[in-house]
Amino acid sequence: MARTGTSAARVTQDADGGPARLTGGWQAVTAHWLAKYRRVWFGTAITSFLSPLLYLAGMGYGLGMLVDRGAGGIDGVPYVVFVAPGVLAATTLQVAAGETTFSVMGSIKWDRTYHGMLATPLGVRDVVRGHLAYVLVRLTMAAVVFFGVAAALGTVRSWWGLLAVPVAVLGGLAFASCCYAYSASLTNDRGLALMFRFVVMPMTLFSGTFFPIAQLPGWLQPVAWLTPLWHTVDASRTLFLGTADPGGILLHVGYLVLWAAGGYLAAVRVLHRRMVV
Amino acid sequence: MPVEPPQVPADPTGSPTYESATREPMIRARGLVKAFDDFTAVDGIDVEVRPGEAFGFLGPNGAGKSSTMRMIGCVSPPTAGELTVLGMDPRTDGPRIRAGLGVVPQRDSLDEELTVEENIWVYGRYFGLPRRLVRERAAELLEFAQLTDRARSVVEPLSGGMKRRLTIARALVNSPRILLLDEPTTGLDPQARHVLWDRLFRLKREGVTLVLTTHYMDEAEQLCDRLVVMDHGRIVAEGSPSALIAQHSTREVLELRFDTADHAARLGEVDGIAERVEVLPDRLLLYTADGEAAQSELHRRGLEPLAALVRRSTLEDVFLHLTGRTLVD
Ligand SMILES: Nc1ncnc2c1ncn2[C@@H]1O[C@H](COP(=O)(O)OP(=O)(O)O)[C@@H](O)[C@H]1O
Ligand SMILES: [Mg+2]
Repeated sequence: MARTGTSAARVTQDADGGPARLTGGWQAVTAHWLAKYRRVWFGTAITSFLSPLLYLAGMGYGLGMLVDRGAGGIDGVPYVVFVAPGVLAATTLQVAAGETTFSVMGSIKWDRTYHGMLATPLGVRDVVRGHLAYVLVRLTMAAVVFFGVAAALGTVRSWWGLLAVPVAVLGGLAFASCCYAYSASLTNDRGLALMFRFVVMPMTLFSGTFFPIAQLPGWLQPVAWLTPLWHTVDASRTLFLGTADPGGILLHVGYLVLWAAGGYLAAVRVLHRRMVV
Repeated sequence: MPVEPPQVPADPTGSPTYESATREPMIRARGLVKAFDDFTAVDGIDVEVRPGEAFGFLGPNGAGKSSTMRMIGCVSPPTAGELTVLGMDPRTDGPRIRAGLGVVPQRDSLDEELTVEENIWVYGRYFGLPRRLVRERAAELLEFAQLTDRARSVVEPLSGGMKRRLTIARALVNSPRILLLDEPTTGLDPQARHVLWDRLFRLKREGVTLVLTTHYMDEAEQLCDRLVVMDHGRIVAEGSPSALIAQHSTREVLELRFDTADHAARLGEVDGIAERVEVLPDRLLLYTADGEAAQSELHRRGLEPLAALVRRSTLEDVFLHLTGRTLVD
């Protein structure tokens, strides 16, 4: 018969009766975010299905009608085919920004869930890794759904296009880790609004997403090359069209990996400085 | 019925339990310092907490209680001094120590969007506890925290008292050997405080070592076997509540309120009635072994205060005597 339920003093054992593990590791942090996501998944699933549909319909067919009539498409393909991989990349960027801004700041200073985590055997690294692993899950879901819609609309011209899914996910992660570091450094949420307005929005518009960066003024083109989004867009587009060359893809992927890794290291540093005082 | 695990405190190392193997204190601090830039929040304190006792840090806001608790909880590195928790050094064994602690921080860190039970499930996994065990524990702990009927409600709309009880339940999910409570009842109404105290008594009876901070002297008197009085980052007194009162105050206190804007001006009239007199903005406190006798003497002198009250000395009086200030302002 179990004694009073409280029995705080009690050995914790795993199923085999051995001593318990010390920590749940980053996976336990991911489990926390997934538990939260379960409460809202339906809404975001609808959004991540509908928004590519609307984008492709509005931009691709509406605007595309004008572009195709006026210029015969872009680079010899109908506008909707040109724009689909761009919107895929922009979508993962949006998800990345959405999952590493207010939730990071909130976990530090609003509901303080990070303080709760760090009072357990978990460390700052687990917290960052677990959060980014969750973002990875969200990015994958969004990219897969988008790809399905885009393929159904006939905008994917090659089987290589399938590879655009992991590339877009990587592009999202590259931004997410940097955005995480930035959010973790802020003391109030004004900086978050600024980030959406002056980083996410211009990057979405001027990284070859909706038109080739050749259209940009000459001095702006190198800026576009620096953004992770342009590399995601360019790699995804050549994969969608089946014109990718392995060297080019590797360069893009390598560049995105650098961003992701740099952002991760920065995020751990910043969060450590913020939380361990 | 699952096999009942042995009723001994958990040890994350799996070795024989620490406190049965040694008679070492659960927590030992020597000259412990915490400084933020050039401000010293904790200024060289010595503390020893023994297994199974309820130990308190009593002090006003800003005394350095939370900074001390955060160092003990291994989330804030000490600036100087020695600190040992569960026989280990926080600098090198932080995660291992935290595995054996339960932490109730001053400000709740619950996930308000999750349900009551989900909060415990998720937290249990941070300790690497198997899912099945966590679910069993969660059911027991919610029973203990009297939250079973709210298990499936989202946390956000719950009352402050319920959130506090949930935080305590959550802190117990890893069967900690030490429960750290930073101002467990601040901001709660009296009834919610009593419910919470009752839960803490139960834990104490079961042998959990409790370490708590408070700026309520009644809380310290009710819960603590031993406590230190903190002020400006230093320890100004140490002992059991009754010993502290015996040492630093008289048995009784006669409180007098006069019809005056300045109570200090009435000091002369009560001269000699008590061993010691403290002046507060709204009353005089006369410290004496026999309050009734003091009151008769007052009468004999023809003094007529607006109100006169005899009461027992409390830790509030100890604090006032030691620092010249009241605890809650
Ligand atoms: N992270 C921090 N940075 C700077 N000063 C701090 C920090 N945390 C606490 N303090 C200061 O240290 C002093 C003691 O704070 P605290 O330990 O929270 O006291 P208590 O819990 O007794 O109210 C306060 O003056 C507070 O402003
Ligand atoms: Mg405090």
